[in-house]
Amino acid sequence: MMNTATALEWLVALMLLVGSFFTLVGAIGLVRLPDFFMRLHAPTKATTLGVGGMLLASIAYSVNHGVSLHELLITLFLFVTAPVSASLLAKAALRLRLKSRAPLPEDPASGH
Amino acid sequence: MIRRWLPYPLLSAALFAGWLMLTGDLSAGHLLLAAVLGAAIPRISAPFLEHLPRVRSPSAALRLLLRVTWDIVIANVAVSRLVLGPTGRLAPVFLHVPLALSNPQSTALFASIITMTPGTVSAVIDTENRELLVHALDCRDPDALIAEIKERYEKPLLEIFGC
Repeated sequence: MMNTATALEWLVALMLLVGSFFTLVGAIGLVRLPDFFMRLHAPTKATTLGVGGMLLASIAYSVNHGVSLHELLITLFLFVTAPVSASLLAKAALRLRLKSRAPLPEDPASGH
Repeated sequence: MIRRWLPYPLLSAALFAGWLMLTGDLSAGHLLLAAVLGAAIPRISAPFLEHLPRVRSPSAALRLLLRVTWDIVIANVAVSRLVLGPTGRLAPVFLHVPLALSNPQSTALFASIITMTPGTVSAVIDTENRELLVHALDCRDPDALIAEIKERYEKPLLEIFGC
């Protein structure tokens, strides 16, 4: 029979694997996707389930050493900052009319 | 009276809790510091927060939070498949999502949710034409996706903030 400590260890390992997998997929996407706008999608995976898995692992790992809630704050900060940088990158790319498989909208300067 | 000293009670509570979470220390000193920060920061940044919409329906907010979390998990798996599969078949497209939301903060939240759910990234918030420019990684039916985004995220946001 599995005791709690072992179960917790499995949970930590599983979450680390899930987090690493999605971070890896994000990196692979960065290499494989053909144009800039499509590559913008890769980090959204790394910053959501990638980081999410590792944060859950961290929470599970630190359960025995007192409750640690830093992880929730990290999630919050990522949610607040990641979309802003993605939008700024996209705006700059639209302004530069970078090569895109999706037809670019007519007025790239809109929203200013 | 409460409104005068704590114009944004929810924000104050979040800052209070945030500070305690960050320090991981519930001693009197940090409780006091958290209270001071929770009271002072919203007052100092009041001009910046002037148009901050109030949460009308906490239960709708909780439902939206759960929905977004769930969608992130599902969409991650779907997009991973796209990224690892043949990329030549992907059909990326720019979507013009018309905005029903009018408040800048709720619009920003809407745009952030779109970006954080894999498969779509908000590129431009166009306040003049009241639309979001969204890039979708693989989309065969833009109108259906626009309708889905509006139904799944914008409608609850309207319910929560009312603007």
